[in-house]
Amino acid sequence: MTLGEIRGILGALVITQRTDMNKEIGRAYCADLMSDVLAFSVTQSLLITGLTNVQVVRTADVADIKAIVFVQGKRPDIDTIATADSKNIPLLVTNLSMFETCGRLYENGLRSAAGDTP
Amino acid sequence: MTKSSDGVFFLTGKDFTNAGSASSNLKGILDDMGIPADIVRRAAIAAFEAEMNAIIYAVAGMMRYSITPEAVTVTLQDMGPGIPDIDLAMKEGYSTAPDYIREMGFGSGMGLPNIKKNTDKLTINSVVGEGTTLEFVIYLQGLSPETSG
Ligand SMILES: Nc1ncnc2c1ncn2[C@@H]1O[C@H](COP(=O)(O)OP(=O)(O)OP(=O)(O)O)[C@@H](O)[C@H]1O
Ligand SMILES: [Mg+2]
Repeated sequence: MTLGEIRGILGALVITQRTDMNKEIGRAYCADLMSDVLAFSVTQSLLITGLTNVQVVRTADVADIKAIVFVQGKRPDIDTIATADSKNIPLLVTNLSMFETCGRLYENGLRSAAGDTP
Repeated sequence: MTKSSDGVFFLTGKDFTNAGSASSNLKGILDDMGIPADIVRRAAIAAFEAEMNAIIYAVAGMMRYSITPEAVTVTLQDMGPGIPDIDLAMKEGYSTAPDYIREMGFGSGMGLPNIKKNTDKLTINSVVGEGTTLEFVIYLQGLSPETSG
């Protein structure tokens, strides 16, 4: 599914600039532990998280994460958004909870990047 | 054909604004050199884990890298408390990270095992009260010292 479809499903706000909404997202991973994002091969996927510090963006960068969704309406600060823009990592914010975010995406066909769903 | 490159980044302990940027820059350098994506990712993840450790636990440090057609070598040297028991530190789940580090999403004791997992060779030397030097090597194009002669 595309980033644009994900935005629609989550009613999310795109907070980075020049974001390519046609970017294809194949898989997703949800974590508040960056150690887990780094330790499991979740490369090329969407990261769903409730953490908004700049390390989330840096983690996404080194782990080849395609885009990040922040849940519960949490927004990173302006420097974190700028870092994401410089690394070309789209950031989305949804008011939905973590559970609802994952549930809606799963319902629409998005599957786990951790390899635990077919 | 991969050319060679080397350099150094300086790290400041507890500087969480810039934490991870050395590894991010290294990733950019590896990408620009046309190194295969999976090797770039392994090197970037290992460098990032080591960089975060230096920034979390030490006062200051530096990251040196050397890229040749054969291998990517990264050395993290820090001035810090050192690691009293390296075997214990290598265990998955072992962590002495304080709560504020956990709140940032780190400190689950997965970093060192993850460096080991992503690299072909890992050496850690540490002196308590002085600091730690961690070096890893990732061979390119499936070359290892044995197979490349
Ligand atoms: N450079 C260092 N200087 C001093 N102690 C270190 C250093 N690197 C690691 N350690 C010690 O080894 C432990 C394990 O490190 P490791 O990177 O595996 O996990 P962590 O940093 O605690 O958590 P995570 O990496 O999952 O965020 C640390 O908690 C710390 O006690
Ligand atoms: Mg660590």
